[in-house]
Amino acid sequence: MTDDLERRLADAARPAPTLDLERLRATVSRRADADGLLDVAHGSYDSPLGPLTVFVTARGLVRLSYPGEGLDRQLDELAAVISPRVLAAPERTDEVRRQLDAYFGGTRHDFDVPIDWRLVRGFAGDVLRATARIPFGAVSSYREIATEAGSPNAYRAAGNALSSNPIPIVVPCHRVLHAGGGLGGYTGGLDRKRFLLRLEGIAAG
Amino acid sequence: MVSVHLPPFERLIDAHARELHRFLMGLVGPTEAEDCLQETYMSALRAYPRLRHGENLRAWLYTIAQRKATDAVRRRMRRPTRDLDGVEPAAPPAAEPADDGIWMNVRALPAKQRVAIVHRFVLDLAYAEIGARMGTSEEAARQNVSAGLRRLRREVTP
Repeated sequence: MTDDLERRLADAARPAPTLDLERLRATVSRRADADGLLDVAHGSYDSPLGPLTVFVTARGLVRLSYPGEGLDRQLDELAAVISPRVLAAPERTDEVRRQLDAYFGGTRHDFDVPIDWRLVRGFAGDVLRATARIPFGAVSSYREIATEAGSPNAYRAAGNALSSNPIPIVVPCHRVLHAGGGLGGYTGGLDRKRFLLRLEGIAAG
Repeated sequence: MVSVHLPPFERLIDAHARELHRFLMGLVGPTEAEDCLQETYMSALRAYPRLRHGENLRAWLYTIAQRKATDAVRRRMRRPTRDLDGVEPAAPPAAEPADDGIWMNVRALPAKQRVAIVHRFVLDLAYAEIGARMGTSEEAARQNVSAGLRRLRREVTP
């Protein structure tokens, strides 16, 4: 009798119920957004340079990452620095994705999205803000950018800031080259840097 | 930087939604389990940044799920008559076709017994773990399960 009841309970608990995890995630995101509880939203974007991940906050675009940059680590960083309310919500990234479409399609030269600078601090922030002012089709050098950022001699530090740019493409660190014309470095790899420069009509490297 | 390390919220969904769903199925049945699960995550999301520490987030989610399940059962009991407010359900709720009859009886158990039975037979947990999750001793967990079983044995038709 005892065994029978316990067996019936265990049997009745099987099979495990099916749960549509994708739908749950989407519903929670949608409701979170409606209730103002979605602090960091992300969505992916298929670019000619591979799938990018777009992260936005209430203040604007906070990160744009190339594949293979360690998504989990980036999510952890955003949770720690911005807010742990991090959810996939592709609709929230639509405006950025539309502008990226136009940029890669050659119909847009300037991005017009607010930037959330909270992932960069101090001198790195000055360097990246200076970089954001380099117009489409133009290039600058590490030393020029360091000067713009207020420390002409800090071109190595400027290089470091550029290599950890959380918002490549939109903050166009690909437009910064060596003074002699050499390509310099690039987070996404030099092939991507070359691609972006060519897209903007710049012959380099 | 925030001193408390909390993982990105979406990770809590990926890591725990399936087992929480299973837990809620046992507590409230298939029709309401998904609603309760959604409400569990919404409440969790609301409170999340204010958590003082990031340890045992799973136990925290179980506590919220349990509360949502209790709310759902109370709501259901309130439907036929308003006199039962706050009273533990004494009779099994209306039958749900997709469900085995025995869970109807489980749902009619007093809260502690119901939760302990679901932990034991749906999640297949040891008594020490059940105690830990319910904030009681291992012995209390064992007693809740056996009291629940005793009551079920009187009410369940073999």
